[in-house]
Amino acid sequence: MPYLNMHTKPEIQLPVSNTFIVLSLLAALFLNGLPLESYWLMMRPDFVALVLLYWCMHKPWRVGIGLSWAMGILADVADASLFGQHALAYTILAFGGVVLHRRLQMFDLRQQTIQVFGIFVLTYAMYALVHWQVNGYVVWPYFLGCLTSTALWAPLNIMIQAMRQKRVDRERHS
Amino acid sequence: MIDSTQSFRFFNRGPSPAVRLVFFAVLSLLLLFVDARYRYLESTRSALSVLLSPMQRLATLPGALWQQAGDFFITQGTQHSLIAENDELHQQHQSDAAQLLQLQALQLENQQLRKLVELPIRNEFTTQLVEIIYAERDVFKRKVLVNKGAGADVRIGQVVMDDAGIVGQITRVYPWLSEVTLITEKDHAVPVQVVRNGLRTILFGSGDTSRLSLRYMPVSADIQNDDVLVTSGIDGVYPPGVPVATVVKIERDAAYPFAHVTCLPVAGVDKHRHLLILSSLPKLPDRPAESSASDADKRTKVRRKN
Repeated sequence: MPYLNMHTKPEIQLPVSNTFIVLSLLAALFLNGLPLESYWLMMRPDFVALVLLYWCMHKPWRVGIGLSWAMGILADVADASLFGQHALAYTILAFGGVVLHRRLQMFDLRQQTIQVFGIFVLTYAMYALVHWQVNGYVVWPYFLGCLTSTALWAPLNIMIQAMRQKRVDRERHS
Repeated sequence: MIDSTQSFRFFNRGPSPAVRLVFFAVLSLLLLFVDARYRYLESTRSALSVLLSPMQRLATLPGALWQQAGDFFITQGTQHSLIAENDELHQQHQSDAAQLLQLQALQLENQQLRKLVELPIRNEFTTQLVEIIYAERDVFKRKVLVNKGAGADVRIGQVVMDDAGIVGQITRVYPWLSEVTLITEKDHAVPVQVVRNGLRTILFGSGDTSRLSLRYMPVSADIQNDDVLVTSGIDGVYPPGVPVATVVKIERDAAYPFAHVTCLPVAGVDKHRHLLILSSLPKLPDRPAESSASDADKRTKVRRKN
């Protein structure tokens, strides 16, 4: 696997700063807030879920279930959904990420993507389940979002990994 | 594997993931229950929304910029069509002005006649122009957020329309924003009347498409394609006589007691950026209290969905 820098190229991973994590989460909330319409809206990946899962997998002791829950509450306010709807879904997402983080880190990106798809489906199903319980119907196109989210898993991984790598390089040069 | 690592831990990391999962899941469920049933948390929600609002404004910037750029190129490129449109609008304006004069005369006459027969005079409503900041971001919902809130004296339950007809209703008010539930939201009800024959009925949103339906029309009801439905003004929420929808399809199946009537909204429910909020609607006298328990139950249910 050429893009698998975790095993082929050992790198010095400096501790990720808290500001970087917070900024990435805020950026994800921002991306979720982009005003999209009809078809684009259905295809919208859940950026907050993606970034949360990334950090739960790579820094499970820093970003865990509690922070995910808090992000869920913020997402609930931003999306005008019921309090706790996103929070519950993200809690389950974070649990999946934290419990499976050792196993996921052993896989390469392709295998990770398959595992991550399962976690996303569970998260989306949780959200839809709550909606179904409260409002009595389910909109099936909503689940398209887990496909696009999963499709973005590898690009996001490569991007954040590259950003972290750049930081290491910069600090090494200075 | 997980158990062995957990039992042999040098550093105390707090409770295990499973315990945290249960704790936060229960907390979420509790919040869900409280929010869905009692709506106690609206103040918390508006406080958090103030925190989030700078970011939400930022998120709408790219779209707004894109639109402005589009506007700029239209003015540069297609001047001819603009001139033509301007002419057309002038003509429209003139014919409208003539009609408006007639309307004023009719209004005066109507007032006089109503005074003669001692009916209460119909109130004029005032409007407030608002702009849609973002459209529904949850595919489940037909909602938009507009740029005026409690600061501009917007209240829950006010009716929102555009130049053609009813668009929706204010359902939640934040300090600087308010949330409009569109009439196409699932189970959103509007009391309407058929213009042609005055038949009263209730129009429901169908949720996943931008269509509306009349649910409880008897098969024998006098309704035709292209019938215009206007608000009846019954219940006092909507002002009377504002267009809502036109009938596009009627299925009469003898197997069912009710006809299946599909309507399209008159207003550009999914189209415009600018909307009008109606305020100062006339207050109706209070509904008499002696209604049976089941009736009251039904009414609260409808109101909650609105």
